[in-house]
Amino acid sequence: MNSTIAMITFRAMLGRRRAVLLFLLPGALLVLALLLRVTGTADLDISANVLQALGVATLLPLLALIAGTGVIGPEIDDGQIMYVLTTPVPRRTVIITKFVVALVLVVGFAVVPVTLAGLILTGTTAGVVPAYAVAMLAGAVAYTAVFTALAVASRNAVAIGLIYALVWEALLASFAPAAGTVSVQQWSLSIADALTGASQIDSSVSLPLSLTLLATVTVAGVLLAITRLRSLTVASAD
Amino acid sequence: MSELRLDGVSRWYGNVVAVNGVSMTIGPGVTGLLGPNGAGKSTIIHMMGGFLEPSSGTVALDGAPVWRNPDVYRTLGLVPEREAAYDFLTGGRFVRAMAELHKLPDPGAAAARAIALVEMQPAADRSIGTYSKGMKQRIKMASALVHDPAVLLLDEPFNGMDPRQRLQLMDLIRRMAAEGRTILFSSHILEEVERLAQHIEVIVAGRHAASGDFREIRRLMTDRPHRFTLRSTDDRALAAALIADGSARSVNLTAQGVEIEAVDFARFTWLLPRLARDASIRLWEVAPSDESLESVFSYLVAR
Repeated sequence: MNSTIAMITFRAMLGRRRAVLLFLLPGALLVLALLLRVTGTADLDISANVLQALGVATLLPLLALIAGTGVIGPEIDDGQIMYVLTTPVPRRTVIITKFVVALVLVVGFAVVPVTLAGLILTGTTAGVVPAYAVAMLAGAVAYTAVFTALAVASRNAVAIGLIYALVWEALLASFAPAAGTVSVQQWSLSIADALTGASQIDSSVSLPLSLTLLATVTVAGVLLAITRLRSLTVASAD
Repeated sequence: MSELRLDGVSRWYGNVVAVNGVSMTIGPGVTGLLGPNGAGKSTIIHMMGGFLEPSSGTVALDGAPVWRNPDVYRTLGLVPEREAAYDFLTGGRFVRAMAELHKLPDPGAAAARAIALVEMQPAADRSIGTYSKGMKQRIKMASALVHDPAVLLLDEPFNGMDPRQRLQLMDLIRRMAAEGRTILFSSHILEEVERLAQHIEVIVAGRHAASGDFREIRRLMTDRPHRFTLRSTDDRALAAALIADGSARSVNLTAQGVEIEAVDFARFTWLLPRLARDASIRLWEVAPSDESLESVFSYLVAR
């Protein structure tokens, strides 16, 4: 960790217009949760559905994409990264700092608000909300590592990330269950599944496999990002 | 005293060769990297700064390879051409952040020293987003100088600066060089290089076209046949007088005027007005037809 890089990254992330997105999405979810609660439509089925569809399947990957790519992608695109890279700071420190900053943002803007929404909807009935919280935390770590690596490796990180999160995880997995095996979302869900007996949560991947895959993807993502940053080529003006 | 050495450096992108077999040694003092736009100057600077891997050959700073070696940044400072800096930080905070990243013992003092060096104290508390181009250039300089590097690379530092800012920056670069630093800057403008660099390296179309003392290269550049187009009250008489004088290699009378190729630039420019006056000819136009830097460079390459 490097506190200077963390400071710059936080200010870049929260100072730009993109920050509105960070507040908007979780804000909308909280408003929805309040509405459901006030109108009395918040039974366990609906609540689990909302947490699953809006929280785990939408807010978490989307925020991880915004934060994971946002902490480093724009800096590489406009060449600002050169300032950090013209110092002897080890490249692994740069990546680990960026990763931690992104993770803090994902936890703050996705995991915490979704958990809050869950508490508003059902409290701690059947341990559903705490189970989701732990699952999302694990998912946040893996998603953030993958998207940060993507931002270092490709200029099209956001597009690729969107296609993965929306097309692969959301669509393909529902039609082709085999695709679910390669899905951060399914791996996180298997944690939630293991933590609560509630029938509302169901995952297609076994817990040990999920944990192994989540850890592998996280470590691989961070290592890939470090490797790519070490030999980062800044596009020449010529 | 540090030395940057390029040895047989080439860089290609697919089938396109951007830099071709360049060898040069950059030592203390100011070196100008001169070449037309697109010649490969930025590619060379990026390789010198460790942001681009040479496709073949080596770039070394005091014997250590630059590529994939962050340790070189202890002795190397780089001012990129691109304007982007952290716009949301104040100039002072930005330079201080760089001092912290360099792990300097007293980052605050180092930042203040670097900011004073580029005379940016009055604007240090404003955010970089509000700076003019010249101010951005100076704060970027300060960020590159904060760790007192022995080698400084500047990519087109004068781009977009007004004449006053240009003079200030030239002054600053001269002072840095006088302290024994190795400074390399790229430019496509002959006059900038002429005013600042004792030593120049000329790059044309990715090749190392010339290297050496500026005056020497300037002589090579001026002692070439110069082409002019002249228009006057009596083109025919003017052409005759020019032929009679013999300072022109060729004289060509066209409907647009007289096209002339002068052998000796200095003598020709001195002679022409006298010749016209003596023959009672009024000159309407004297236009150099091949004074673009590109044609000067291609002449150098063709030699």
